[in-house]
Amino acid sequence: MLGKLTLSAIPYDVPILVGTFIGAAIAGLAVVGLITYYGKWGYLWREWLTSVDHKRIGVMYIVVALVALFRGFADAIMMRSQLALAYAGNPGYLPPHHYDQIFSAHGTIMIFFMAMAFMQGLMNIVVPLQIGARDVAFPFVNTLSFWMTTVSFLLVNVSLFIGEFSQCGWLAYPPLSEQQFSPGVGVDYYIWAVQLSGVGTLLTGVNFFATIVKMRAPGMTYMRMPVFTWTIFCTTVLIMVAFPILTVAIGLLGLDRYLGMHFFTNDGGGNQMLYLSVIWGWGHPEVYILVLPAFGAFSEITQTFSRKPLFGYKTMVYATASIMVLSLVVWVHHFFTMGAGPNVNAFFGIMTMVIAVPTGVKIFNWLFTMYKGRIEFHATMYWVIGFMITFSIGGMTGVMLAIPASDFVLHNSLFVIAHFHNVIIGGVYFGYVAAMNFWFPKAFGFKLNEAWGKRAFWCWFVGFYVAFMPLYVLGFEGMTRRMNHYDNPEWHPWLLIAEVGAVLIAIGIVCQLTQLYVSIRDRNLAENRDLTGDPWNARTLEWSTSSPPPFYNFAILPEVHELDAFAHDKEAGIDTRQAGGNYQPIHMPKNTACGFLIGAFSFVMGFGAIWYIWWLAAVGLIGVIATVIARSSDNDVDYYVPVSEVVRIEQEHTHNLMAAQAAE
Amino acid sequence: MAQNMTADAAHAHDEHHESPVVFGFWLYLMTDCIIFGTLFAVFAVLRDQFAGGPTGHEVFELSGVGIETAILLFSSITYGFGMIAAHENKVSTMRTWLGVTFLLGLGFLFMEIREFSHMIAEGNGPDRSAFLSAFFTLVGTHGLHVTCGLLWMAVLLFQTAGKTELNERMIGKLTCLSLFWHFLDIVWICVFTFVYLMSVI
Repeated sequence: MLGKLTLSAIPYDVPILVGTFIGAAIAGLAVVGLITYYGKWGYLWREWLTSVDHKRIGVMYIVVALVALFRGFADAIMMRSQLALAYAGNPGYLPPHHYDQIFSAHGTIMIFFMAMAFMQGLMNIVVPLQIGARDVAFPFVNTLSFWMTTVSFLLVNVSLFIGEFSQCGWLAYPPLSEQQFSPGVGVDYYIWAVQLSGVGTLLTGVNFFATIVKMRAPGMTYMRMPVFTWTIFCTTVLIMVAFPILTVAIGLLGLDRYLGMHFFTNDGGGNQMLYLSVIWGWGHPEVYILVLPAFGAFSEITQTFSRKPLFGYKTMVYATASIMVLSLVVWVHHFFTMGAGPNVNAFFGIMTMVIAVPTGVKIFNWLFTMYKGRIEFHATMYWVIGFMITFSIGGMTGVMLAIPASDFVLHNSLFVIAHFHNVIIGGVYFGYVAAMNFWFPKAFGFKLNEAWGKRAFWCWFVGFYVAFMPLYVLGFEGMTRRMNHYDNPEWHPWLLIAEVGAVLIAIGIVCQLTQLYVSIRDRNLAENRDLTGDPWNARTLEWSTSSPPPFYNFAILPEVHELDAFAHDKEAGIDTRQAGGNYQPIHMPKNTACGFLIGAFSFVMGFGAIWYIWWLAAVGLIGVIATVIARSSDNDVDYYVPVSEVVRIEQEHTHNLMAAQAAE
Repeated sequence: MAQNMTADAAHAHDEHHESPVVFGFWLYLMTDCIIFGTLFAVFAVLRDQFAGGPTGHEVFELSGVGIETAILLFSSITYGFGMIAAHENKVSTMRTWLGVTFLLGLGFLFMEIREFSHMIAEGNGPDRSAFLSAFFTLVGTHGLHVTCGLLWMAVLLFQTAGKTELNERMIGKLTCLSLFWHFLDIVWICVFTFVYLMSVI
C-alpha cells in the first residue's frame, strides 16, 4: 500500500535534521498563521498563486530562488565547517552518508532552483516590458512552468525529512547512481525533481522565444532589441536545444533504476561514458543559459549608470550569439581524462579557449562603455565592477582547465571547484543580484536601500575571495573534491581560511535580507518611492510605464524608431506613453488555477513514483491529464479591459508624474 | 452598442497579431525532435552491445513492421483529408476522417504492443541487454507519443461533437495535432530505416 515508505524513513535519529525540521515547521506555521490572521488567503490565491501576470510570476520565481539560496547556502557552510574540523583523526560532525547528501543537494539546489529560478524570474519581470508587450505568448504555460519548478524544489526539501537525498553528486554519475550501488530513494528524489523542473524550464524556453519573435512592439527590429532581451533570446534557444538532452539522460538513468535496463550499468553492455557525454551535452550549455542573462543585465546597468549608450551594441549581440553556438561544442572538456584520445581532446580544448574571445569582447565593451562616462557609483554598479574583476580571473582559470594536459593534473580537484564558483558566483550570482537591485523599483514601485546593498556587496566580494582562493591552492596541493575528512596537515590552514570566507558570505546574505527588510519598512519615504516609473533615467521601454506597471503594461503599445527607444523618445521630447491618446479595450488572459493543479498533481505523481506507491503515482498522472483536458475544454480564458478602467489607471499615473515633476 | 463596436474593433486589431499557438507548438516539436535525436544517438552507441543476447536480426519480424509502417503512413494521409475538410468548415467530414485516423493509430499501437509482448515473453525484454534497452526505449518513446496523440485526438473528437462550425481556436488545435501526427510519421520512418532495416541487413 505504501510501497517502500515505512516509519524508518523518517530520520528522527539525526539531530541536525530534527532541528531543521522543527525550525522549518515553526517558520511554516508562522507564515500560515500570519496569512490566516490577516485574512489574506483569498488575496494570495486570486492575485498570486493563480495569476498569469508575468510580473507576478517573476516575483514568485525570485522568492523561490531566495529560499533555495538560503537552503543551498546552509548546505555550503555545513560542508566548509565539516572540512575545517575533520582533520587528523577527527571525523567531524557529518558522517559520509550525510555529507554526501549535502554536497549533492547543494549543487542540485543552487543550479536548478536558485540560479534557474532566479533567471526565469528576471526574464519574466523584464522581457515583456522591455519589448513593449502586454504579456508573454502563452500566459497559462507561464504559470505552469513556475509551478513545475516550485513543486520540484518542494520534492528536494521533502527528501530532508522523508527518506534521503542522492549521495551521487549533483549530476548523479552512474554506475554509482545505479540501483546496484544506490538502492535507496535518494537518487529517485533527484531524478523526479530534475525531470519535473526540466519540463517547466523547457516550456519557459519555448514561451519566451515565441514571445520575443512574435510580440515585439511595432518598429522593434531585431537590431533594435535591448541587449538583455537579446541575451534572453539566446538563452531560450539554448534551453530548447539542451534541456531535451537532460530529459533523455535522466530518463535513461531512471529506466535503468526502475525497469532494470542496461544503459549505464556495469553489466549487460551498459556504457557509463555515454551518460557523461549526454549529461554534459546539456550541462555545458546550461552554464551559458545561466550566465548570458547576467551579461545582459550588466550591459543594461553599465550603460544606465555610465550615462552613455552601450559601447559596441552590435558586437555585443554577435558575441552573445557566438557564445550561444560555441557553448554547444565544448562539452567534452568536462571529461578530458575519460580517454577520448588526443585529437578529440585537442578539438574540444581549442573550442573551449575560443569562447574566451567573444567573452573578452564583452568585457572590453563594458569597459569602453564606462570609459569617459559619467559613472554613478550606485550599489548596482558595485556588483558590475566586482563581476568584471572576479569573472576575468575565473575565465583565466577556465582557460587553464581547457588545456587537456593541465586538466589531467587538475581534474576532480578543488581547483575545479574554485574555478566554477569563481564564474558562477562572480558571473551569475553577482549578475542576478545586480539585476534584482536594478529592476526592483520597476516591480514594486520603491527602491532597495543602497547602504545595505553596498554592505552586502563588500561581504560577498571579500567573502568570495577568502572562501575560494584557498581552494585553488588546495587543488594544486592535490586535494580532491567531495572529500569527507583528511590527514594532510598542509591543507588544514587553507580550509580554515575558506571557512572564514563562508562566514563572510553568510554575513553578506544577512545584509541582503536586512536590505529587503529596511527597504520595505521605508518604502513610503519620498526618496525611496518611484513615482515616475524611471528612477535611474534609463534607456529601454520598461522604464516608460509606471512602477509597478499596470497589469496590462502599456495602455497604448509603444512605437520604436531607434535602439534604446525610451532614451531616444526622452531626447526628442516624445511621450512614449502617448498619455491621453486613443485608448482601446485591452485583451487580457484570465487567471487560472490549472497551472497550480498540474504542479500539485505532478508532485503527487513524483512522490508516488519515488516510494514505489504506484496507485498514488497513477492518481497524480490521471490528475495531470484530467486538468490538461479540462483546460483545453475551457473557452472562458480571456476578457477585455474596458476603456474607462484604462483611462482611470492611466490618469492616476499621469497625476503621479506631474506630482514628481513639481517636486523637482 | 457603441461599447460592443469598439470591442469588436479592438478584436479585429488584435487579429493582426497572428496567433502564436502554431508557432509555439512547432518550437515544442523541435525540442521533441532533439529528444528523439538523442535517443537515436544512444541507440547508435549501444546497437552492438548484445551481452550474449539476441541480435536485431534474430528478434525483428520485418513483415509485421512493414504493415505497421504502412498503417502509420496511411493515417497521415487520412489526417490530411481531415484537415482539408476542417479548412472548408465541413465538421462531420472532418470528424469522420479523424475517426479513421484514430482507428489506424490504434491499429499501429496494437501491433507494436503485440511485438513488444512477444519479445518480452521470449525473454528478450529491455533488461536483457543494452541493445534491447536502447531499442525498447527508442521505439517505446515513439509509441508513447502515438498514445498521447490518440488521447488528444479523442479529446478533439469529443470537443467537436455536435458542432456545426469550427472556431479559430479549434482550427489551431487541429493544426497542432496535425503537425504532431506528421512529425511522428517522420520519426517512424527514421526508426524503420535505422533501427529495423539496418539491424536486419
